[in-house]
Amino acid sequence: MTGARLVVRAAGPHCTVQDAGRPGMGRFGVPASGPMDRIAFAAANRALGNPAGAAGIEVSAGGLTVDCVAGRVGFAVAGGGFVVDQDGRRGGSWMTGVLAAGSTLAIRAGPWGSWTYLALAGRLVVPRWLGSAATHAPSGLGGGRLSAGDRLEIEDAGPGPVAPGPITVSLHARPRPVLRVVMGPQERFFEPGSRALLVEATWRQTEARDRMGVRLSGPPIAPAAALDMPSEPVARGSVQVAGDGVATVLMADHQTTGGYPKIATALDCDLDGFAQLRPRDRFVFRAVTPAEAVAAARLRAAGLAAYLAALSRGGAGR
Amino acid sequence: MPAPRFRPVAEHAVLVEFADRIDADAQATVHRLDRALAAAPFAGLREAIPAYVSLLVAFDPAVTDHKAVGRHLGRLLAGAAPAASPPATHEVAVCYDAALAPDLAAVAAQTAMSPEAVIAAHLAGDYAVAMYGFAPGYAYLSGVPEPIRLPRKAAALRGVAAGSVIVAGAQCLVTTLTMPSGWWVIGRSPTRILDSGAERPFLFEVGDRVRFRRIARDTFDAATA
Repeated sequence: MTGARLVVRAAGPHCTVQDAGRPGMGRFGVPASGPMDRIAFAAANRALGNPAGAAGIEVSAGGLTVDCVAGRVGFAVAGGGFVVDQDGRRGGSWMTGVLAAGSTLAIRAGPWGSWTYLALAGRLVVPRWLGSAATHAPSGLGGGRLSAGDRLEIEDAGPGPVAPGPITVSLHARPRPVLRVVMGPQERFFEPGSRALLVEATWRQTEARDRMGVRLSGPPIAPAAALDMPSEPVARGSVQVAGDGVATVLMADHQTTGGYPKIATALDCDLDGFAQLRPRDRFVFRAVTPAEAVAAARLRAAGLAAYLAALSRGGAGR
Repeated sequence: MPAPRFRPVAEHAVLVEFADRIDADAQATVHRLDRALAAAPFAGLREAIPAYVSLLVAFDPAVTDHKAVGRHLGRLLAGAAPAASPPATHEVAVCYDAALAPDLAAVAAQTAMSPEAVIAAHLAGDYAVAMYGFAPGYAYLSGVPEPIRLPRKAAALRGVAAGSVIVAGAQCLVTTLTMPSGWWVIGRSPTRILDSGAERPFLFEVGDRVRFRRIARDTFDAATA
């Protein structure tokens, strides 16, 4: 069995181990976690022939530098428009390559995007919690947060694709300036004017954002009714509004229940692109009906399946 | 039974609400629907998340949609209650040693009771698991006796130790992680509500009953050694 070992030289905040996540435990207070951009994450894995949900590294705009200190392993970087620098050779994310002992890989923010993914050909040896290596950022449980000095062991390290090269960028991996929502489930707590404002105004993400949620900047849309609703279950994508009228979109590590009203809920299939927006990037909400939302999700799932299948057939290594 | 309201959530869930305020009948109905759904799931069911007066039913939009899910849930609500086994009762050990109960004195002072009377009141409570939330394994137990109900503190405190037994209003909770909390810390439990390595990682199901049992400091130390 061949192995490879990487040592983290530097890691920005919010660099964590992720896998497909731990869905189905919401009733016990556990969010699914997993990658902020699930499409790019799956693309990085598939480009190497890994299962789409294999454990990999989520890299924030703060960047990540790793030294390969032993062995040899294929790698892929996909997501956003990040800069990938291997021993002085610079290129963009959406690429595959090979890391050998003595080689240094530096990933840093580039022209667009907030998150990128480093996948390694083989099995990343990381702690699992509740059946998954996905890091639950508020507790640090799961594969964990990366920091300088951490070692990453890869078992069954493979070379990756025969011919390293670019990975086709998914259309859906681009930042989305339009976030489709279904109004509710607690839109009744808001005046009609506030509900109209949600879809008419231009919004921006703020710096107050992490794996739990993104606070927005836009017009105040304070709930009209007193905030005395009992805590209700919440979904990834909930647009929750606190008493001060500031809206937050809940993301991968969101709390599973909450007492703030949700004026609308973003389509799950739009959240990966939404996660790639940067602070100050403008976007709008567009309200759709539940039936339109289901149709959109089906269309997206079909497109994504075809894209990932093409990557697995070797479309990655042209 | 309160009339349910079915609210669509994005492309992948239906929120079923039974009341606008916390209400025992609504809570019982949530648990009944939750059990009925577990016994008779529909194709494409991803998960059901119960809260005080509502149940979030998440589904795979590739397989089904809001209307079909709403019809399935409506049929379950109209049907006879499933022959559910009575809720399980769990005993949770708690040590009220002053060093492990930093807010016991403050709760005593605010309720004009002695610390021993606060402990006796807490032990007398008959608790039910209302829902999980806030953080993994944080089970909200309703049933704190009236005399020791206090609003939460003005500000949350960082680093409240895992295993802390905390109260606010009618709710009690045994923490599973070291996290911030604005609730009153009146004891510490060696009982693990969340054990990642266990076959059943979560001690409680929503709807279960809980009783607290007092243990001495040396028993607590031995259990956590």
